[in-house]
Amino acid sequence: MLSGKRRLGRGIAVVGAGMSRFGAFKDKASRDLFVDAFVDMQKSVDKGLDITDIQSIFVGNFSSDLFEGQGHLAPMMAEWVGLNPCPATRVEDACASGGVALRQGVLAIASGLYDVVLVGGVEKMTNLPTERVTDALAAASDVLYEASAGFTFPGLYAAMATAYMDKYGLGTEPFMHVAIKNHKNGGLNPKAQFNTSLKDLLEARKVRARDRGQPVPEWKTEMDFLNDPAANPLVAWPMRLFDCSPITDGAACLLLVAEEIAGNFTDRPLRLIGSGQGSDSSLLTRPDITTIGSARVAARQAYEMAGVASSDIKIAEVHDCFTIAELIATEDLGFFAPGEGAKAALEGRTARDGERPINTSGGLKSKGHPVGASGVGQVVEIWHQMRGEAGDRQLRDRDINLALAHNVGGTGNTCVVHIFERR
Amino acid sequence: MAEAEFTAAAFNRFLKEGKLMAARCRGCDSLALPPRSLCPNCHGSDMEWTPLKGTGRLAAFSCIAVGSTRMVQEGYDRTNLYCSAVVDLDEGVRVSAQLLGVEANRPETIRVGTPLKADYLDQDEEGKEAALAFRPQG
Ligand SMILES: [Zn+2]
Repeated sequence: MLSGKRRLGRGIAVVGAGMSRFGAFKDKASRDLFVDAFVDMQKSVDKGLDITDIQSIFVGNFSSDLFEGQGHLAPMMAEWVGLNPCPATRVEDACASGGVALRQGVLAIASGLYDVVLVGGVEKMTNLPTERVTDALAAASDVLYEASAGFTFPGLYAAMATAYMDKYGLGTEPFMHVAIKNHKNGGLNPKAQFNTSLKDLLEARKVRARDRGQPVPEWKTEMDFLNDPAANPLVAWPMRLFDCSPITDGAACLLLVAEEIAGNFTDRPLRLIGSGQGSDSSLLTRPDITTIGSARVAARQAYEMAGVASSDIKIAEVHDCFTIAELIATEDLGFFAPGEGAKAALEGRTARDGERPINTSGGLKSKGHPVGASGVGQVVEIWHQMRGEAGDRQLRDRDINLALAHNVGGTGNTCVVHIFERR
Repeated sequence: MAEAEFTAAAFNRFLKEGKLMAARCRGCDSLALPPRSLCPNCHGSDMEWTPLKGTGRLAAFSCIAVGSTRMVQEGYDRTNLYCSAVVDLDEGVRVSAQLLGVEANRPETIRVGTPLKADYLDQDEEGKEAALAFRPQG
């Protein structure tokens, strides 16, 4: 295990970032989504990108094999954006595939071998019916000892939620507050799968019921809506539909370069100053499932490398595959003490106007969770927010000079954390 | 007598005989569940099978409405939920299993900390793998 302060061999800069729309796109395969993300990234490079400058490509993808019957994805993504014969490597760590692909890109440049690397992530999930997506995602758990007990992937996070509720004496309200906040943020993100706040969603459903001459639901607030089992059915107690990230198609791309040549691409790069990654056992063998050990390890490494403290971080994109996961993430990252993440969510401290905005993009919850792309997509949001280019959702009341991305694989079997600085 | 290999296949064969077995390290006395041939505590490789009492407490659970294909085939659905559990065994290790004898359709009635005992399903059914389940004690 790494201990003590570690440094990268060379400074790393992000000089371009882009993503496809996230959603369900019947006609688009992985390659089409990837091209959308690549073109969006290319447009973001201030001084232009000559693609022949790209020397290597790392692609995060969980399971195109199960979702599309397509393996060996990386060289194909390279082909579709015109990068053959440069080396193309697929990275798989379940839902952390994208974040780990980013880290592989960082290490590849830090090693001195490459100066310009494309990092991408892609997942095409909506070809399959929900039951088969559920089975495919369960492959990210321990199939011999967890899936065998009937646990689905939402079921495992739900188990973490029951342990969390029991330990801190909580009901399900904190989870609902995470859902309300992230949908509110996603309502400001034109690329989000759910580009609507829950307030707007429930009003639209009332209008639709009225137009169809059906009984109009009596929801007054988002909480009324979320507490209505007809609107928000159980998936795996205590996780309901609006506690779960959706099934999503999408891709995202970043352009990483050695810091000394960043000026060839932009005068406003993001510096990647901290990177950490950890692993953990399957959920059932952990003594405490109200925290994720790999996240604590990854966060400590990243903070130490960056030389910053959790209190210095202005915004964070965290892995809210389920609402419980966001609460645990904000504690594992040191933003709040154990058990206080729930209170912080209830008090609005993680909202856009709170002390520590979390998931201004809408998070996986509302923006969508194309699993292999999610860790890369998080950095696209950080790119926009740090450069003041986030449109309607831009935070304008603070200087976002430090930001963090936290990407989890499985139930925490992998976690990767990155810290970015804008000078 | 030679030890059975420390595999899931062997673990499941023991379940079929109505035994919940873990691997124990002869070097440091640690228990490993799921069983394995390398001790997770001291990294030694001198392991033996040891029986567990099959009693413990509910550590975490979920009542699942959208089930896996296998559980849907067993007849569970959005109106007939099943409960999957993580169980803290009295010996200090954990196992996951289906939780029976609770009202899975009323998850708010299920309490973390409830004392449980093991039950072995499909033990007598030829050709079918045994499955571990737990039920509330008493
Ligand atoms: Zn040992």
